[in-house]
Amino acid sequence: MPSKMHNAGRVAHARRMVQQLRIEASIERIKVSKASSDLMRYCGEHAKSDPLLMGLGASENPFKDKKPWSK
Amino acid sequence: NLMTDESPRVPEMATQEVQPNETLTHLKTESDTLKTKLEEERAKLHDVELHQVAEKVDGLGQFIMKTRRTLKGHGNKVLCMDWCKDKRRIVSSSQDGKVIVWDAFTTNKEHAVTMPCTWVMACAYAPSGCAVACGGLDNKCSVYPLSLDKNENLAAKKKSVAMHTNYLSACSFTNSDMQILTSSGDGTCALWDVESGQLLQSFHGHAADVLCLDLAPSETGNTFVSGGCDKKANVWDMRSGQCIQSFETHESDINSVRYYPSGDAFASGSDDATCRLYDLRADREVAIYSKESIIFGVSSVDFSLSGRLLFGGYNDYTINVWDVLKGTRVSILFGHENRVSTLRVSPDGTAFCTGSWDHTLRV
Repeated sequence: MPSKMHNAGRVAHARRMVQQLRIEASIERIKVSKASSDLMRYCGEHAKSDPLLMGLGASENPFKDKKPWSK
Repeated sequence: NLMTDESPRVPEMATQEVQPNETLTHLKTESDTLKTKLEEERAKLHDVELHQVAEKVDGLGQFIMKTRRTLKGHGNKVLCMDWCKDKRRIVSSSQDGKVIVWDAFTTNKEHAVTMPCTWVMACAYAPSGCAVACGGLDNKCSVYPLSLDKNENLAAKKKSVAMHTNYLSACSFTNSDMQILTSSGDGTCALWDVESGQLLQSFHGHAADVLCLDLAPSETGNTFVSGGCDKKANVWDMRSGQCIQSFETHESDINSVRYYPSGDAFASGSDDATCRLYDLRADREVAIYSKESIIFGVSSVDFSLSGRLLFGGYNDYTINVWDVLKGTRVSILFGHENRVSTLRVSPDGTAFCTGSWDHTLRV
């Protein structure tokens, strides 16, 4: 009996794996060229508002040390 | 129809007419066939490399990034940190059991809690800024409301929310203070209701410890990505608990995962010394960020606001900054005196914070 239980457990696990793979295999995909150009476009559209990318002037940088008594 | 199997954990012994061994072989064959099909489908759409498409983009110049603040106060390795939405407060947690809330502008400590366990590997700030969550070797995730009264004993108001059967590796509030997502050494992730402590959904599929997770940007919908010791990064549907995509190209543990700001991709950092970018709509890895000279593992990754830069904290004490599109390194930053264990860009993208085994945090 114990070996039957063990086998049934493995079958259940294998069934779950197959189920999972079916889901993953069936999703819709796009070409890497399209995906890449979309990533590039997003970067381009948001570049100007990316402080670490553009660099910050002292007045805009909240972490730059200003006069010791100001907030 | 396997799709209607509603209780996958109950072995269907009573209804089985075929010998279990034959079923197992049959299933293994189907499993292998599906894996091959998956690879073929992905390969069909692999018409170009990201860095090739990015050749027409301007290169990035020199970057000068300086440490602006050093936060000292932890008595041992800093393991995790998170920013408050107010862009100035930070919560950090340490091997010595302490969780500290800092004002990063002034470097003042605003709150401190001592957890009943050591190795507090996970901490997170609530979206409201009014609470923090943390956990580690206690196998739990607890929420501490932050009081305006600095003298109040935070530990008294502690609420235990999540219970795992092994260490808590990461936690994150969803888009409200009401729900927390956790990942654990027990191989699962879970979604919890903070108020009641009730388990709302569990996520099974990793074959080993889950080390990290990240929620998709709110516009993208109810998914999150997790990474683990099984070298897999899994994308999950939060409502159904279903794993919808899985990526296995890393050669070692995945220590960190982070969504690209548009939600269409995510980056990962691994003990195999590489960071990688996976595009969700192309369903494949589209970039590897590596150099022969980089041989130590990546502990944590995060993107700059536009997604053009990827910051990686490494076990060789450095931070490498990568051009996400071109795949090249644009800067290497020194300063920490031990492993960088955690790294997050601030909510408004003006800075990033790193935590280290050298007991300090730097902004």
